[in-house]
Amino acid sequence: MSVATATRQESLAVPFSPRWLAERLSGAVLHVVVIGLTVAWMVPAIGLLITSLRLPSDIANSGWWTALSPPFKFTVDNYSQMLQASNLGQGFFNSFMISIPAVIIPVTIAAFAAYAFSWMKFPGRDWIFLALVGLLAVPLQLTFIPVTTVFVKLGFTPDHLTAIGLPPFIPLWLAHAGYGLPFSIYLLANFFRALPSDLFESAEIDGAGMLTVFFRIVVPLSVPAIASLVIFQFLWVWNDLLVALIYVGGTPNVAPVTVSLVNLVGSYGQNYQLLTAAAFFSMIVPLVVFLSLQRYFVRGILAGSVKG
Amino acid sequence: MDWSVLLTDLPTLVAVVIGVPAVLAAYIVGGEYLVRRLPDKNRPAVRPWIWVAPALLLVAGFLVLPAAGTIVQSFQDNRGNFVAFTNFGNQLGGFPTGGAWIAIRDNLFWLIFYTLFVLAFGLLLAVLFDRVPYEKIVKSLIFLPMAISSVATVIIWKFMYAYQPPGQPQTGTLNFLLSTVFHQDPRTWIQDTTPILGLLPLNNLAIIAAAVWGIVGFSMVILSAALKGIPGDLLEAARVDGAGEITIFRRVIFPLMMPTVVVVGTTLVIFALKAFDTVYAMTNGNYDTDVLANRMYKLLYQHFPSDYANASAVAVILLATVIPVLIFNLRQFRAVEARR
Amino acid sequence: MRSSSLIRALVVTMAAVFATVACGGGGTANAGSVKVMATWTGVEQASFMAVMKPFTDSTGITLQYEASRDQDALLTTRVAAGNPPDLAAAPSPTLLTNFAKTGKVKALNNVVDMTALQSEVSKTWIDLGEPTGDGKLYQVFSWVALKGLIWYDPKNFQAKGYNVPNSWDSLLQLQQTIKSGGTTPWCIALESGAASGWPGSDWVKEIVLSQSGPSVYDNWWQGKQKWTSPEIKLAWQTWGQILGANDANVYGGSKTMVSTNFADGGTPLFQNPPKCYMHNQASFITANFQSADPQAVAGTDYNFFPLPDITSQFAGAHVVSGDAWSMFNDTPQAEKMIKYLTTADAQAIWVKRGGKISPDNKVPLEDYPDALSKSTAQILVQTKIGKYDAGDLMPTDMKNAYWGAVLKFAQNQGQLNSILASLDAVQAKAYTS
Repeated sequence: MSVATATRQESLAVPFSPRWLAERLSGAVLHVVVIGLTVAWMVPAIGLLITSLRLPSDIANSGWWTALSPPFKFTVDNYSQMLQASNLGQGFFNSFMISIPAVIIPVTIAAFAAYAFSWMKFPGRDWIFLALVGLLAVPLQLTFIPVTTVFVKLGFTPDHLTAIGLPPFIPLWLAHAGYGLPFSIYLLANFFRALPSDLFESAEIDGAGMLTVFFRIVVPLSVPAIASLVIFQFLWVWNDLLVALIYVGGTPNVAPVTVSLVNLVGSYGQNYQLLTAAAFFSMIVPLVVFLSLQRYFVRGILAGSVKG
Repeated sequence: MDWSVLLTDLPTLVAVVIGVPAVLAAYIVGGEYLVRRLPDKNRPAVRPWIWVAPALLLVAGFLVLPAAGTIVQSFQDNRGNFVAFTNFGNQLGGFPTGGAWIAIRDNLFWLIFYTLFVLAFGLLLAVLFDRVPYEKIVKSLIFLPMAISSVATVIIWKFMYAYQPPGQPQTGTLNFLLSTVFHQDPRTWIQDTTPILGLLPLNNLAIIAAAVWGIVGFSMVILSAALKGIPGDLLEAARVDGAGEITIFRRVIFPLMMPTVVVVGTTLVIFALKAFDTVYAMTNGNYDTDVLANRMYKLLYQHFPSDYANASAVAVILLATVIPVLIFNLRQFRAVEARR
Repeated sequence: MRSSSLIRALVVTMAAVFATVACGGGGTANAGSVKVMATWTGVEQASFMAVMKPFTDSTGITLQYEASRDQDALLTTRVAAGNPPDLAAAPSPTLLTNFAKTGKVKALNNVVDMTALQSEVSKTWIDLGEPTGDGKLYQVFSWVALKGLIWYDPKNFQAKGYNVPNSWDSLLQLQQTIKSGGTTPWCIALESGAASGWPGSDWVKEIVLSQSGPSVYDNWWQGKQKWTSPEIKLAWQTWGQILGANDANVYGGSKTMVSTNFADGGTPLFQNPPKCYMHNQASFITANFQSADPQAVAGTDYNFFPLPDITSQFAGAHVVSGDAWSMFNDTPQAEKMIKYLTTADAQAIWVKRGGKISPDNKVPLEDYPDALSKSTAQILVQTKIGKYDAGDLMPTDMKNAYWGAVLKFAQNQGQLNSILASLDAVQAKAYTS
């Protein structure tokens, strides 16, 4: 009896009748509103884009919209200077080395935990879950000194790790995982809990174990939620500056690309226009990640999964 | 610029990309294997702990223990002596403008305006965009500000709010609109404490707007995912029954999305209470825009030696304001459980 | 069974992964390295690298440099965790002084050549570097800047027939003349993110030094002289004279002052027609002038005159600031490096690239890239009463309150008494830890 798609009913209205007009207009109004909102939303970013193509003397003296009328004084100077930022290549590499595990670890561990919180019973479950949500509020700055003190005592620093042949980023991966877990678990548990319990019952009847249920049923059905989580965690880690500086430092061999880009500006604000170009450059990777995960945001994955 | 470094280190990257998931998968598979070797009746008692152990360990190390330490510290002075509620007295004395009260007031503004607007706007966009064929494009555009680092976001909005004296050509977008379209004097958006609607200072609103711009994508994406999870046949059935779109939203869509709305709302409330980056970079709390997290940062790093005692007190105040939110969540959680 | 073969596959994969990583990693033996933390980013980072190149080339020691403008937070965390860098340079000695007082940095008396240092730099810099007062040197200064320079566009001055004032009274007269000509005489820009207000604090401290002299100045930053005392209050009122009633002497009034970033402060000087004629800033502002107008020529398009003396008894007094170095770990490599940084040769490299002045009198004046920087260097090296930036010497919360007070004063000069009273309240608590 299930239908997998939410199709709009074909309109039965007579052409040019009031109802027909209402339907057409609501269609047009919808598009006007959607496009209008989007354009207005984009204005600050467009302003930044235009600014990144202007000379500093122009930026200081006139607004960005003046560049859209003659004389057209554009320059790619900011971009070419930015691309010569010290350590850009190594920084890019470090950013990937940091981000990929710092996304995989919390998302996976959160999925395991969220599954347990949603579908297993154990003493104190609700209170522990609530505490996790509360931990979202802990300000990160307070954790830096206690945690790094322990890390240093244990010898768990980038220098020591490199000396024994392990990647120096491990403390940072664990830090990003620890900081990202409360939200990840909260989000995933919410989606896992929404799955119909008949799914699990039928699976049990079919003799499937917990692992099979997890990997073959829960995960595939939660793909939009997991995809959203991956996007957010990736974004947060990719754009992060302070946590990286605290846990691995800013030396060229370990610093992410955010450090190279922020340091384009001199300590007295010299060349701040380079940051406008840097902002667009550093947007590329997160946007690529976002766009490539877009196809997981589709409707109707649940439909048809339970027979009868 | 030396891109060849990517090639020399590539093996390490590949090793990490494969190794990390492998380790995690090995853990859970190994864990289940161990659980299977237990007698049937013991399994349900042991199994959940295997699944939550890594999360609990990480969270304990990075968040719980430091938070506990902070709570203890809030009752001590900077030399470790027990001083009961002195620190809290420092922070909460001098109502209404002394101590941390301006910060608390501003956090309240954030709580109301930031949370409500991001939630409502994100929901609106998720619903509207669902109905247009070019959904992916507009969604990506609204999402774009999230991909921008907070440093760049502050720069964008400083440009938006830039001020030139009245009568001079304006360099800031908003003041340009204000002077050419509305024929008003330009305003110093970030420094101006004039109350809007008699209550909310303009500069607080300006800073909140900058933060909102950067986070609506977050709420839109999650709410959109929840929207997509609503089974199509439910909507189809309602339409067949002749229900109008608004009724469908009120009676079918919104109730089904409620749990996710609670999640997004809770997260946003906590973000509002924790707001820091935008305030720090734009004003560092000057002009009555201070917030609790910024105040705590100043006590930690713009004091020497760091004033851990008072910073901890501010942190505890912040954590305490989260409790009502948690209670609300507990109620929602129990309600969902009961319905199962 | 399925899971056991899966487990076997995983174990093999992990072994392979560890093998790859272990072989790829590991450090190579070399002459050692030094970890340096500073705030020099952008073009300054390039200059610092140029300074260090001869050193790293000749000794084979590698430099691991990290720069961050969040240095306070970063350095505090690292030191507290027991993981400090080997050397750190800070644009103000406050943090490093605190580390000296708590025993976190090493004494440099046996590391640098003290006799050479004493003959090459003025006593100011050595006294500054001995904050514990027991003769132990904890900080050395490599590059410095001069404050209290009034920048102007010589072409604009010539067009209107204005003369560079050589006394405080003639400065006030010039101010009046410009005003009656229909333009605001001054450009002042106070915005600076988390540090907003500091350019105004420069004005006040320069006036305190020039008006009331070095001992009042010293007592003041040491917390021994109250903000409400007559001398300090007079300094603020004098600044009020510059600002004019309701900030009428400043382009755009208080609103523009508080919302314009200090880096853009000089822009109205060069507009056509100019919106103001004078701008008080330190010597490093020239980099911003150049980036705003790459064609600008030092001396022709912009020039400076030092803030005129207010009290003749304290003539020739100048406020200075500088980059201070401290050593956290006394490894042989770090010791070599910090010694290198105190030599005139090392300092001259940056001097030649422009933007910094060396306190070392062995750096020849010809090394300075243009006439302007040459004269700032000359002034700095020869100044009779050189005092370090008072704000940077105050405890951090006093300094922050000072900057906040500047903003409040600029917005409402009538509030001076209550502003000073609240500064006193901060002063009462800030100097005790």
